[in-house]
Amino acid sequence: MKSTEEILELLKGKFGSDIIGLVSAPPEKMIDITPASLYNVAVFLRNNEELDFDNLMLLSGLDDANGSTLSVVYHIESVKEKHKLVLRVTVPKDNPITESVVKVWECANWHEREAFDLIGIKFNNHPNLIRILMPYDWNAGHPLRKDYKNPEFYQGMKVPY
Amino acid sequence: METKTSHLRSEEMILNMGPQHPSTHGVLRLEVELDGELIIDVRPHIGYLHRCFEKHCEAMTYPQIIPYVDRLDYLASMYNEFGYALAVERLAGIEVPPRVEYIRVIMGELQRIASHLVAVGTYGLDIGAFTPFLYCFIEREKILTLFEMTCGARLLYNYIWVGGVSHDLPPDFIRLTKEFIVTFKPIIAELNNLLSYNKIFIERTANVGILPLDTAINFGVTGPNLRASGLKWDLRRDDPYSIYDKFDFEIPVGEGWHGTVGDCWDRYYLRMLEMEQSIRIIEQAIEQIPDGDVTSAIPKRIKPAEGQIYSRVENPRGELGYYIVSKGGLQPHRLKVRPPSFVNLEVLGELCKGHLVADVIAILGSIDIVLGEVDR
Repeated sequence: MKSTEEILELLKGKFGSDIIGLVSAPPEKMIDITPASLYNVAVFLRNNEELDFDNLMLLSGLDDANGSTLSVVYHIESVKEKHKLVLRVTVPKDNPITESVVKVWECANWHEREAFDLIGIKFNNHPNLIRILMPYDWNAGHPLRKDYKNPEFYQGMKVPY
Repeated sequence: METKTSHLRSEEMILNMGPQHPSTHGVLRLEVELDGELIIDVRPHIGYLHRCFEKHCEAMTYPQIIPYVDRLDYLASMYNEFGYALAVERLAGIEVPPRVEYIRVIMGELQRIASHLVAVGTYGLDIGAFTPFLYCFIEREKILTLFEMTCGARLLYNYIWVGGVSHDLPPDFIRLTKEFIVTFKPIIAELNNLLSYNKIFIERTANVGILPLDTAINFGVTGPNLRASGLKWDLRRDDPYSIYDKFDFEIPVGEGWHGTVGDCWDRYYLRMLEMEQSIRIIEQAIEQIPDGDVTSAIPKRIKPAEGQIYSRVENPRGELGYYIVSKGGLQPHRLKVRPPSFVNLEVLGELCKGHLVADVIAILGSIDIVLGEVDR
Protein backbone atom coordinates (compact mmCIF):
# COMPACT_ATOMS: atom_id res chain seq x y z
CA MET A 1 0.00 0.00 0.00
CA LYS A 2 1.47 3.32 -1.10
CA SER A 3 0.40 6.89 -0.39
CA THR A 4 -0.23 9.46 -3.11
CA GLU A 5 3.03 11.28 -2.21
CA GLU A 6 5.12 8.12 -2.64
CA ILE A 7 3.52 7.43 -6.02
CA LEU A 8 4.14 11.06 -7.03
CA GLU A 9 7.87 10.63 -6.30
CA LEU A 10 7.97 7.43 -8.36
CA LEU A 11 6.22 9.13 -11.28
CA LYS A 12 8.43 12.21 -11.09
CA GLY A 13 11.52 10.01 -11.24
CA LYS A 14 10.22 8.28 -14.36
CA PHE A 15 8.44 11.03 -16.29
CA GLY A 16 10.06 14.25 -15.05
CA SER A 17 8.39 17.44 -16.20
CA ASP A 18 5.30 15.67 -17.56
CA ILE A 19 4.12 15.32 -13.96
CA ILE A 20 2.88 18.80 -13.11
CA GLY A 21 2.33 18.27 -9.40
CA LEU A 22 0.02 17.52 -6.53
CA VAL A 23 -3.32 19.34 -6.30
CA SER A 24 -5.20 19.37 -3.05
CA ALA A 25 -9.00 19.14 -3.24
CA PRO A 26 -9.95 18.15 0.28
CA PRO A 27 -10.66 15.44 1.26
CA GLU A 28 -8.93 14.12 -1.90
CA LYS A 29 -5.53 14.73 -3.49
CA MET A 30 -4.86 14.43 -7.19
CA ILE A 31 -1.81 14.31 -9.43
CA ASP A 32 -1.86 16.67 -12.40
CA ILE A 33 -0.21 15.34 -15.55
CA THR A 34 0.06 16.51 -19.16
CA PRO A 35 -2.34 15.02 -21.76
CA ALA A 36 0.59 13.92 -23.95
CA SER A 37 2.07 11.71 -21.24
CA LEU A 38 -1.25 10.24 -20.08
CA TYR A 39 -1.09 6.95 -21.96
CA ASN A 40 2.48 6.16 -20.90
CA VAL A 41 1.75 7.05 -17.28
CA ALA A 42 -1.32 4.80 -17.33
CA VAL A 43 0.67 1.89 -18.76
CA PHE A 44 3.36 2.40 -16.12
CA LEU A 45 0.82 2.53 -13.27
CA ARG A 46 -0.86 -0.61 -14.50
CA ASN A 47 2.23 -2.72 -15.20
CA ASN A 48 4.51 -1.69 -12.33
CA GLU A 49 4.52 -4.59 -9.89
CA GLU A 50 4.54 -2.44 -6.77
CA LEU A 51 1.68 -0.25 -7.97
CA ASP A 52 -0.49 -2.70 -9.95
CA PHE A 53 -3.40 -0.35 -10.64
CA ASP A 54 -5.70 -2.84 -12.35
CA ASN A 55 -9.09 -1.23 -11.78
CA LEU A 56 -10.36 2.03 -13.25
CA MET A 57 -13.20 2.94 -10.91
CA LEU A 58 -14.37 6.09 -12.64
CA LEU A 59 -13.43 8.39 -15.48
CA SER A 60 -15.19 11.72 -15.45
CA GLY A 61 -15.11 14.75 -17.69
CA LEU A 62 -15.42 18.15 -16.09
CA ASP A 63 -16.09 21.68 -17.23
CA ASP A 64 -13.83 23.80 -15.06
CA ALA A 65 -16.18 26.78 -15.45
CA ASN A 66 -13.31 29.20 -16.08
CA GLY A 67 -14.17 29.58 -19.74
CA SER A 68 -10.88 28.16 -21.03
CA THR A 69 -10.27 24.57 -19.85
CA LEU A 70 -11.92 21.19 -19.50
CA SER A 71 -10.46 18.33 -17.50
CA VAL A 72 -10.65 14.56 -17.18
CA VAL A 73 -10.32 12.92 -13.77
CA TYR A 74 -9.30 9.28 -13.37
CA HIS A 75 -10.03 7.40 -10.14
CA ILE A 76 -7.99 4.21 -10.12
CA GLU A 77 -7.25 1.56 -7.54
CA SER A 78 -5.38 -1.68 -7.08
CA VAL A 79 -7.47 -4.68 -6.10
CA LYS A 80 -4.47 -6.51 -4.67
CA GLU A 81 -2.49 -3.68 -3.05
CA LYS A 82 -5.65 -1.78 -2.00
CA HIS A 83 -4.33 1.71 -2.73
CA LYS A 84 -6.10 4.39 -4.72
CA LEU A 85 -4.98 7.30 -6.85
CA VAL A 86 -6.60 10.26 -8.56
CA LEU A 87 -5.11 11.56 -11.82
CA ARG A 88 -6.14 14.66 -13.70
CA VAL A 89 -5.40 16.02 -17.15
CA THR A 90 -6.45 19.49 -18.23
CA VAL A 91 -7.11 20.37 -21.86
CA PRO A 92 -7.96 23.69 -23.52
CA LYS A 93 -11.64 24.17 -24.29
CA ASP A 94 -11.15 25.18 -27.91
CA ASN A 95 -9.09 22.06 -28.71
CA PRO A 96 -9.95 19.40 -26.11
CA ILE A 97 -7.89 16.38 -27.16
CA THR A 98 -6.29 13.82 -24.87
CA GLU A 99 -5.17 10.19 -25.09
CA SER A 100 -7.48 7.22 -24.73
CA VAL A 101 -6.70 4.61 -22.06
CA VAL A 102 -8.98 1.89 -23.46
CA LYS A 103 -5.95 -0.27 -24.19
CA VAL A 104 -4.95 -0.06 -20.53
CA TRP A 105 -8.34 -0.45 -18.85
CA GLU A 106 -11.06 -1.87 -21.08
CA CYS A 107 -13.89 -0.28 -19.07
CA ALA A 108 -12.67 3.19 -20.09
CA ASN A 109 -14.41 2.61 -23.44
CA TRP A 110 -17.92 3.64 -22.41
CA HIS A 111 -16.69 6.16 -19.85
CA GLU A 112 -14.72 7.97 -22.55
CA ARG A 113 -17.66 7.87 -24.93
CA GLU A 114 -19.75 9.45 -22.17
CA ALA A 115 -17.16 12.18 -21.53
CA PHE A 116 -17.11 12.86 -25.29
CA ASP A 117 -20.91 12.88 -25.49
CA LEU A 118 -21.66 15.11 -22.52
CA ILE A 119 -18.55 17.30 -22.18
CA GLY A 120 -17.02 17.12 -25.66
CA ILE A 121 -13.55 15.81 -24.90
CA LYS A 122 -11.94 13.90 -27.76
CA PHE A 123 -9.83 10.85 -27.04
CA ASN A 124 -7.07 9.91 -29.46
CA ASN A 125 -6.96 6.23 -30.47
CA HIS A 126 -10.39 5.43 -29.08
CA PRO A 127 -11.84 2.47 -31.04
CA ASN A 128 -15.37 3.86 -31.43
CA LEU A 129 -15.78 7.44 -30.24
CA ILE A 130 -19.50 8.11 -30.83
CA ARG A 131 -22.27 9.50 -28.66
CA ILE A 132 -23.63 7.12 -26.07
CA LEU A 133 -26.43 8.66 -23.97
CA MET A 134 -27.67 11.42 -26.28
CA PRO A 135 -29.18 10.55 -29.68
CA TYR A 136 -26.54 9.77 -32.33
CA ASP A 137 -27.69 12.72 -34.47
CA TRP A 138 -27.70 15.31 -31.67
CA ASN A 139 -25.93 18.27 -33.21
CA ALA A 140 -26.47 20.97 -30.61
CA GLY A 141 -23.27 20.47 -28.66
CA HIS A 142 -22.37 18.86 -25.37
CA PRO A 143 -24.97 19.28 -22.61
CA LEU A 144 -22.79 19.17 -19.50
CA ARG A 145 -20.77 22.21 -20.54
CA LYS A 146 -21.65 25.19 -18.40
CA ASP A 147 -22.35 27.41 -21.42
CA TYR A 148 -24.62 24.86 -23.13
CA LYS A 149 -27.87 26.17 -24.60
CA ASN A 150 -30.77 23.93 -25.59
CA PRO A 151 -31.58 24.01 -29.30
CA GLU A 152 -35.01 25.26 -30.22
CA PHE A 153 -35.94 22.22 -32.29
CA TYR A 154 -34.74 18.65 -32.54
CA GLN A 155 -36.01 16.84 -35.65
CA GLY A 156 -38.99 19.18 -35.84
CA MET A 157 -39.92 18.74 -32.17
CA LYS A 158 -39.84 21.73 -29.85
CA VAL A 159 -37.17 21.19 -27.16
CA PRO A 160 -37.77 23.73 -24.33
CA TYR A 161 -41.06 23.11 -22.57
CA MET B 1 -28.81 -35.00 -58.78
CA GLU B 2 -26.41 -32.27 -57.86
CA THR B 3 -27.58 -29.71 -55.26
CA LYS B 4 -26.89 -26.12 -56.11
CA THR B 5 -25.83 -24.04 -53.11
CA SER B 6 -24.26 -21.10 -54.87
CA HIS B 7 -27.43 -18.99 -54.62
CA LEU B 8 -27.62 -19.32 -50.81
CA ARG B 9 -26.37 -16.26 -48.97
CA SER B 10 -23.74 -16.92 -46.37
CA GLU B 11 -22.66 -13.51 -45.16
CA GLU B 12 -23.05 -12.31 -41.57
CA MET B 13 -26.47 -11.13 -40.44
CA ILE B 14 -27.39 -8.32 -38.06
CA LEU B 15 -30.28 -9.05 -35.69
CA ASN B 16 -31.94 -6.28 -33.73
CA MET B 17 -33.15 -7.12 -30.21
CA GLY B 18 -35.27 -4.53 -28.49
CA PRO B 19 -35.72 -1.68 -27.59
CA GLN B 20 -39.20 -2.93 -26.67
CA HIS B 21 -38.62 -6.49 -25.58
CA PRO B 22 -39.46 -7.89 -22.12
CA SER B 23 -36.22 -9.82 -21.77
CA THR B 24 -34.08 -6.72 -22.20
CA HIS B 25 -35.35 -5.55 -18.78
CA GLY B 26 -36.26 -2.09 -19.98
CA VAL B 27 -35.51 -0.16 -23.14
CA LEU B 28 -32.23 -1.55 -24.37
CA ARG B 29 -31.39 -2.26 -27.99
CA LEU B 30 -28.92 -4.99 -28.78
CA GLU B 31 -27.34 -5.18 -32.20
CA VAL B 32 -26.41 -8.84 -32.55
CA GLU B 33 -24.01 -9.82 -35.29
CA LEU B 34 -24.59 -13.43 -36.32
CA ASP B 35 -22.86 -16.04 -38.37
CA GLY B 36 -25.69 -18.51 -38.80
CA GLU B 37 -26.72 -19.22 -35.19
CA LEU B 38 -23.41 -18.25 -33.67
CA ILE B 39 -22.84 -14.83 -32.22
CA ILE B 40 -19.88 -12.84 -33.46
CA ASP B 41 -20.52 -9.71 -31.45
CA VAL B 42 -23.21 -7.95 -29.43
CA ARG B 43 -23.31 -4.16 -29.38
CA PRO B 44 -25.66 -2.58 -26.83
CA HIS B 45 -27.25 0.76 -27.74
CA ILE B 46 -28.34 2.68 -24.67
CA GLY B 47 -29.71 6.10 -23.85
CA TYR B 48 -33.42 5.56 -24.41
CA LEU B 49 -34.12 6.53 -20.78
CA HIS B 50 -31.61 9.38 -20.61
CA ARG B 51 -33.09 12.18 -18.53
CA CYS B 52 -30.12 14.47 -17.82
CA PHE B 53 -29.72 13.49 -14.18
CA GLU B 54 -26.25 15.01 -13.88
CA LYS B 55 -27.27 18.28 -15.50
CA HIS B 56 -30.27 18.57 -13.18
CA CYS B 57 -28.04 18.08 -10.14
CA GLU B 58 -25.97 21.12 -11.01
CA ALA B 59 -29.06 23.29 -10.62
CA MET B 60 -30.26 21.87 -7.29
CA THR B 61 -29.16 22.04 -3.66
CA TYR B 62 -27.72 18.92 -2.05
CA PRO B 63 -30.92 17.75 -0.25
CA GLN B 64 -33.06 18.38 -3.33
CA ILE B 65 -31.07 15.78 -5.27
CA ILE B 66 -32.16 12.85 -3.07
CA PRO B 67 -35.52 12.17 -4.83
CA TYR B 68 -33.68 12.12 -8.17
CA VAL B 69 -31.16 9.63 -6.83
CA ASP B 70 -34.08 7.27 -6.08
CA ARG B 71 -34.85 7.07 -9.76
CA LEU B 72 -31.44 5.81 -10.83
CA ASP B 73 -31.66 2.18 -9.80
CA TYR B 74 -35.35 2.02 -9.03
CA LEU B 75 -35.12 -1.49 -7.61
CA ALA B 76 -32.60 -0.42 -4.97
CA SER B 77 -33.61 3.16 -4.14
CA MET B 78 -32.74 2.87 -0.45
CA TYR B 79 -29.19 1.97 -1.29
CA ASN B 80 -28.83 4.83 -3.77
CA GLU B 81 -29.90 7.27 -1.07
CA PHE B 82 -27.56 5.59 1.41
CA GLY B 83 -24.62 6.04 -0.94
CA TYR B 84 -25.48 9.63 -1.80
CA ALA B 85 -26.02 10.67 1.83
CA LEU B 86 -22.69 9.07 2.73
CA ALA B 87 -20.87 10.92 -0.06
CA VAL B 88 -22.21 14.33 0.96
CA GLU B 89 -21.53 13.62 4.64
CA ARG B 90 -17.93 12.72 3.86
CA LEU B 91 -17.55 15.85 1.73
CA ALA B 92 -19.09 18.20 4.27
CA GLY B 93 -17.76 16.41 7.36
CA ILE B 94 -21.11 15.56 8.98
CA GLU B 95 -21.31 12.94 11.74
CA VAL B 96 -24.52 10.95 12.07
CA PRO B 97 -25.99 9.46 15.29
CA PRO B 98 -25.51 5.69 15.83
CA ARG B 99 -29.22 4.89 15.58
CA VAL B 100 -29.28 6.38 12.10
CA GLU B 101 -26.42 4.13 11.01
CA TYR B 102 -28.30 1.06 12.19
CA ILE B 103 -31.53 2.11 10.49
CA ARG B 104 -29.62 2.68 7.25
CA VAL B 105 -28.00 -0.74 7.39
CA ILE B 106 -31.31 -2.49 8.13
CA MET B 107 -33.03 -0.63 5.26
CA GLY B 108 -30.11 -1.21 2.91
CA GLU B 109 -29.97 -4.94 3.53
CA LEU B 110 -33.76 -5.32 3.26
CA GLN B 111 -33.46 -3.50 -0.04
CA ARG B 112 -30.71 -5.86 -1.14
CA ILE B 113 -32.97 -8.84 -0.51
CA ALA B 114 -35.86 -7.17 -2.37
CA SER B 115 -33.60 -6.33 -5.29
CA HIS B 116 -32.08 -9.81 -5.49
CA LEU B 117 -35.58 -11.32 -5.37
CA VAL B 118 -36.48 -9.37 -8.50
CA ALA B 119 -33.21 -10.38 -10.15
CA VAL B 120 -33.71 -14.06 -9.37
CA GLY B 121 -37.42 -14.07 -10.21
CA THR B 122 -37.13 -12.30 -13.54
CA TYR B 123 -34.13 -14.43 -14.44
CA GLY B 124 -36.31 -17.51 -14.10
CA LEU B 125 -38.93 -15.74 -16.18
CA ASP B 126 -36.38 -15.06 -18.94
CA ILE B 127 -35.41 -18.71 -19.06
CA GLY B 128 -39.04 -19.82 -19.11
CA ALA B 129 -39.86 -20.64 -15.48
CA PHE B 130 -42.88 -18.57 -14.56
CA THR B 131 -43.83 -19.81 -11.09
CA PRO B 132 -40.68 -18.87 -9.09
CA PHE B 133 -41.24 -15.27 -10.19
CA LEU B 134 -44.56 -15.17 -8.30
CA TYR B 135 -42.99 -16.65 -5.16
CA CYS B 136 -40.27 -14.01 -5.28
CA PHE B 137 -42.72 -11.17 -5.66
CA ILE B 138 -44.84 -12.33 -2.69
CA GLU B 139 -41.76 -11.99 -0.48
CA ARG B 140 -40.67 -8.72 -2.05
CA GLU B 141 -44.15 -7.33 -1.39
CA LYS B 142 -43.64 -7.99 2.34
CA ILE B 143 -40.44 -5.95 2.31
CA LEU B 144 -42.10 -3.12 0.39
CA THR B 145 -44.89 -3.12 3.01
CA LEU B 146 -42.24 -2.63 5.70
CA PHE B 147 -40.83 0.31 3.73
CA GLU B 148 -44.28 1.77 3.17
CA MET B 149 -44.92 1.60 6.90
CA THR B 150 -41.73 3.53 7.57
CA CYS B 151 -41.84 6.30 4.98
CA GLY B 152 -45.10 6.06 3.06
CA ALA B 153 -43.64 5.06 -0.30
CA ARG B 154 -43.18 1.65 -1.85
CA LEU B 155 -40.54 2.26 -4.49
CA LEU B 156 -39.10 5.79 -4.39
CA TYR B 157 -38.61 6.58 -0.74
CA ASN B 158 -36.82 9.88 -0.10
CA TYR B 159 -36.16 8.38 3.33
CA ILE B 160 -32.41 8.54 3.95
CA TRP B 161 -31.37 12.17 4.17
CA VAL B 162 -28.00 13.83 4.50
CA GLY B 163 -27.23 13.65 8.25
CA GLY B 164 -30.08 11.35 9.21
CA VAL B 165 -33.34 9.79 8.09
CA SER B 166 -36.66 11.55 7.61
CA HIS B 167 -38.63 9.60 10.26
CA ASP B 168 -37.83 7.26 13.10
CA LEU B 169 -38.88 3.62 12.68
CA PRO B 170 -42.57 3.02 13.43
CA PRO B 171 -43.24 1.18 16.74
CA ASP B 172 -44.09 -2.17 15.14
CA PHE B 173 -41.23 -2.21 12.64
CA ILE B 174 -38.77 -4.32 14.64
CA ARG B 175 -41.40 -6.93 15.52
CA LEU B 176 -42.64 -7.18 11.92
CA THR B 177 -39.11 -7.41 10.52
CA LYS B 178 -38.35 -10.27 12.91
CA GLU B 179 -41.52 -12.02 11.75
CA PHE B 180 -40.55 -11.49 8.13
CA ILE B 181 -37.13 -13.03 8.70
CA VAL B 182 -38.65 -16.08 10.36
CA THR B 183 -40.98 -16.67 7.42
CA PHE B 184 -38.41 -15.80 4.75
CA LYS B 185 -35.64 -18.21 5.78
CA PRO B 186 -37.47 -21.37 4.62
CA ILE B 187 -38.47 -19.59 1.39
CA ILE B 188 -34.84 -19.47 0.22
CA ALA B 189 -34.63 -23.25 0.46
CA GLU B 190 -37.95 -23.55 -1.33
CA LEU B 191 -36.81 -21.26 -4.15
CA ASN B 192 -33.64 -23.31 -4.47
CA ASN B 193 -35.66 -26.49 -4.89
CA LEU B 194 -38.04 -24.79 -7.26
CA LEU B 195 -35.55 -23.12 -9.57
CA SER B 196 -31.85 -23.37 -8.67
CA TYR B 197 -31.53 -27.15 -8.81
CA ASN B 198 -34.00 -27.59 -11.65
CA LYS B 199 -32.40 -29.74 -14.36
CA ILE B 200 -33.65 -27.63 -17.26
CA PHE B 201 -32.52 -24.42 -15.57
CA ILE B 202 -29.04 -25.80 -14.94
CA GLU B 203 -28.77 -26.99 -18.55
CA ARG B 204 -29.62 -23.51 -19.78
CA THR B 205 -27.24 -21.62 -17.48
CA ALA B 206 -24.27 -23.75 -16.41
CA ASN B 207 -21.17 -23.34 -18.60
CA VAL B 208 -22.86 -20.45 -20.45
CA GLY B 209 -21.38 -16.95 -20.55
CA ILE B 210 -18.21 -17.65 -18.60
CA LEU B 211 -16.53 -14.51 -17.27
CA PRO B 212 -12.85 -15.07 -16.40
CA LEU B 213 -11.56 -13.08 -13.45
CA ASP B 214 -8.97 -10.97 -15.30
CA THR B 215 -11.55 -9.96 -17.93
CA ALA B 216 -13.97 -9.05 -15.16
CA ILE B 217 -11.47 -6.73 -13.44
CA ASN B 218 -10.34 -5.24 -16.74
CA PHE B 219 -13.94 -4.40 -17.70
CA GLY B 220 -14.60 -2.96 -14.23
CA VAL B 221 -17.29 -5.51 -13.43
CA THR B 222 -18.31 -5.34 -9.76
CA GLY B 223 -20.81 -6.78 -7.32
CA PRO B 224 -22.21 -10.32 -7.51
CA ASN B 225 -20.95 -10.64 -11.10
CA LEU B 226 -17.34 -10.10 -10.01
CA ARG B 227 -17.67 -12.34 -6.96
CA ALA B 228 -19.13 -15.11 -9.12
CA SER B 229 -15.85 -15.03 -11.06
CA GLY B 230 -14.06 -15.98 -7.87
CA LEU B 231 -12.75 -12.78 -6.28
CA LYS B 232 -13.65 -12.06 -2.65
CA TRP B 233 -14.28 -8.37 -3.22
CA ASP B 234 -17.05 -6.65 -1.34
CA LEU B 235 -16.84 -2.95 -0.49
CA ARG B 236 -18.62 -3.63 2.79
CA ARG B 237 -15.39 -5.40 3.77
CA ASP B 238 -12.71 -4.05 1.43
CA ASP B 239 -13.52 -0.34 1.65
CA PRO B 240 -15.62 -0.27 4.82
CA TYR B 241 -18.24 2.40 5.32
CA SER B 242 -20.98 3.06 7.86
CA ILE B 243 -20.96 0.34 10.56
CA TYR B 244 -20.50 -2.81 8.49
CA ASP B 245 -17.35 -3.66 10.45
CA LYS B 246 -19.53 -4.41 13.48
CA PHE B 247 -21.33 -7.31 11.84
CA ASP B 248 -20.32 -10.88 11.30
CA PHE B 249 -21.10 -12.06 7.76
CA GLU B 250 -19.50 -13.98 4.97
CA ILE B 251 -18.76 -13.03 1.38
CA PRO B 252 -19.75 -15.89 -0.90
CA VAL B 253 -17.76 -16.37 -4.11
CA GLY B 254 -18.43 -18.43 -7.22
CA GLU B 255 -17.06 -21.96 -7.15
CA GLY B 256 -18.35 -23.39 -10.40
CA TRP B 257 -20.93 -25.53 -8.60
CA HIS B 258 -22.46 -26.92 -11.77
CA GLY B 259 -19.96 -25.95 -14.42
CA THR B 260 -17.18 -23.39 -14.64
CA VAL B 261 -16.39 -20.57 -12.23
CA GLY B 262 -18.09 -17.40 -13.45
CA ASP B 263 -20.84 -18.91 -15.58
CA CYS B 264 -24.48 -17.78 -15.54
CA TRP B 265 -25.50 -20.30 -12.88
CA ASP B 266 -22.78 -19.04 -10.54
CA ARG B 267 -23.90 -15.44 -11.00
CA TYR B 268 -27.49 -16.46 -10.34
CA TYR B 269 -26.77 -18.63 -7.33
CA LEU B 270 -24.52 -16.05 -5.71
CA ARG B 271 -27.55 -13.80 -5.29
CA MET B 272 -29.34 -16.57 -3.41
CA LEU B 273 -26.36 -16.91 -1.08
CA GLU B 274 -26.12 -13.15 -0.58
CA MET B 275 -29.72 -12.99 0.58
CA GLU B 276 -28.82 -15.37 3.41
CA GLN B 277 -25.93 -13.13 4.45
CA SER B 278 -28.16 -10.04 4.34
CA ILE B 279 -30.54 -11.76 6.73
CA ARG B 280 -27.64 -12.40 9.09
CA ILE B 281 -26.73 -8.71 9.04
CA ILE B 282 -30.33 -7.62 9.66
CA GLU B 283 -30.67 -10.04 12.59
CA GLN B 284 -27.55 -8.64 14.24
CA ALA B 285 -28.52 -5.03 13.54
CA ILE B 286 -31.96 -5.51 15.06
CA GLU B 287 -30.40 -6.95 18.22
CA GLN B 288 -27.90 -4.11 18.61
CA ILE B 289 -29.90 -1.05 17.52
CA PRO B 290 -29.62 1.71 20.16
CA ASP B 291 -32.24 4.33 21.08
CA GLY B 292 -31.78 7.94 20.16
CA ASP B 293 -32.76 10.82 17.95
CA VAL B 294 -32.60 10.35 14.19
CA THR B 295 -33.07 13.90 12.90
CA SER B 296 -30.77 15.89 15.20
CA ALA B 297 -27.78 15.87 12.82
CA ILE B 298 -29.67 16.95 9.70
CA PRO B 299 -28.18 20.31 8.71
CA LYS B 300 -30.47 23.21 7.76
CA ARG B 301 -28.10 24.28 5.00
CA ILE B 302 -25.44 22.19 3.33
CA LYS B 303 -22.56 24.21 1.95
CA PRO B 304 -19.40 22.10 1.71
CA ALA B 305 -16.06 23.84 1.34
CA GLU B 306 -14.24 23.71 -1.98
CA GLY B 307 -13.08 20.17 -2.73
CA GLN B 308 -14.07 16.87 -4.19
CA ILE B 309 -14.85 13.31 -3.18
CA TYR B 310 -15.37 9.95 -4.77
CA SER B 311 -17.39 7.84 -2.38
CA ARG B 312 -18.63 4.34 -3.14
CA VAL B 313 -20.88 1.73 -1.59
CA GLU B 314 -21.78 -1.87 -2.37
CA ASN B 315 -25.14 -1.59 -4.09
CA PRO B 316 -27.04 -4.86 -4.83
CA ARG B 317 -25.64 -4.63 -8.37
CA GLY B 318 -22.08 -3.62 -7.58
CA GLU B 319 -19.98 -0.56 -6.90
CA LEU B 320 -22.18 2.52 -6.80
CA GLY B 321 -20.00 5.61 -6.65
CA TYR B 322 -20.71 9.31 -6.41
CA TYR B 323 -18.09 11.79 -7.53
CA ILE B 324 -18.98 15.24 -6.22
CA VAL B 325 -17.03 18.40 -6.97
CA SER B 326 -17.87 21.37 -4.79
CA LYS B 327 -16.85 24.96 -5.48
CA GLY B 328 -18.21 26.08 -2.13
CA GLY B 329 -21.76 26.76 -3.28
CA LEU B 330 -25.15 25.40 -2.24
CA GLN B 331 -25.26 23.32 -5.41
CA PRO B 332 -22.64 20.82 -6.53
CA HIS B 333 -20.37 22.06 -9.30
CA ARG B 334 -20.42 18.59 -10.83
CA LEU B 335 -21.97 15.36 -9.71
CA LYS B 336 -21.12 12.18 -11.54
CA VAL B 337 -22.52 8.79 -10.74
CA ARG B 338 -20.73 5.55 -11.40
CA PRO B 339 -23.71 3.27 -11.93
CA PRO B 340 -22.80 -0.41 -11.53
CA SER B 341 -25.16 -1.55 -14.31
CA PHE B 342 -23.62 0.84 -16.84
CA VAL B 343 -20.18 -0.64 -16.34
CA ASN B 344 -21.39 -4.25 -16.01
CA LEU B 345 -23.37 -4.05 -19.25
CA GLU B 346 -20.25 -3.26 -21.26
CA VAL B 347 -18.92 -6.80 -20.81
CA LEU B 348 -21.99 -8.31 -22.52
CA GLY B 349 -20.40 -8.42 -25.97
CA GLU B 350 -17.39 -10.26 -24.57
CA LEU B 351 -19.58 -12.83 -22.79
CA CYS B 352 -21.83 -13.60 -25.74
CA LYS B 353 -19.13 -14.32 -28.31
CA GLY B 354 -19.46 -17.84 -29.73
CA HIS B 355 -22.77 -18.59 -28.05
CA LEU B 356 -26.19 -19.12 -29.61
CA VAL B 357 -28.91 -16.48 -29.96
CA ALA B 358 -31.00 -17.99 -27.17
CA ASP B 359 -28.07 -17.64 -24.77
CA VAL B 360 -28.04 -13.85 -25.13
CA ILE B 361 -31.18 -13.73 -23.00
CA ALA B 362 -29.68 -16.04 -20.38
CA ILE B 363 -26.47 -14.00 -20.23
CA LEU B 364 -28.15 -10.60 -20.15
CA GLY B 365 -30.47 -11.75 -17.36
CA SER B 366 -27.56 -13.05 -15.31
CA ILE B 367 -25.79 -9.66 -15.41
CA ASP B 368 -28.92 -8.13 -13.84
CA ILE B 369 -29.05 -4.58 -15.17
CA VAL B 370 -31.49 -1.77 -14.44
CA LEU B 371 -31.82 0.60 -17.36
CA GLY B 372 -32.81 3.50 -15.11
CA GLU B 373 -29.22 3.80 -13.96
CA VAL B 374 -27.56 2.77 -17.20
CA ASP B 375 -29.11 5.73 -18.99
CA ARG B 376 -29.52 8.21 -16.12
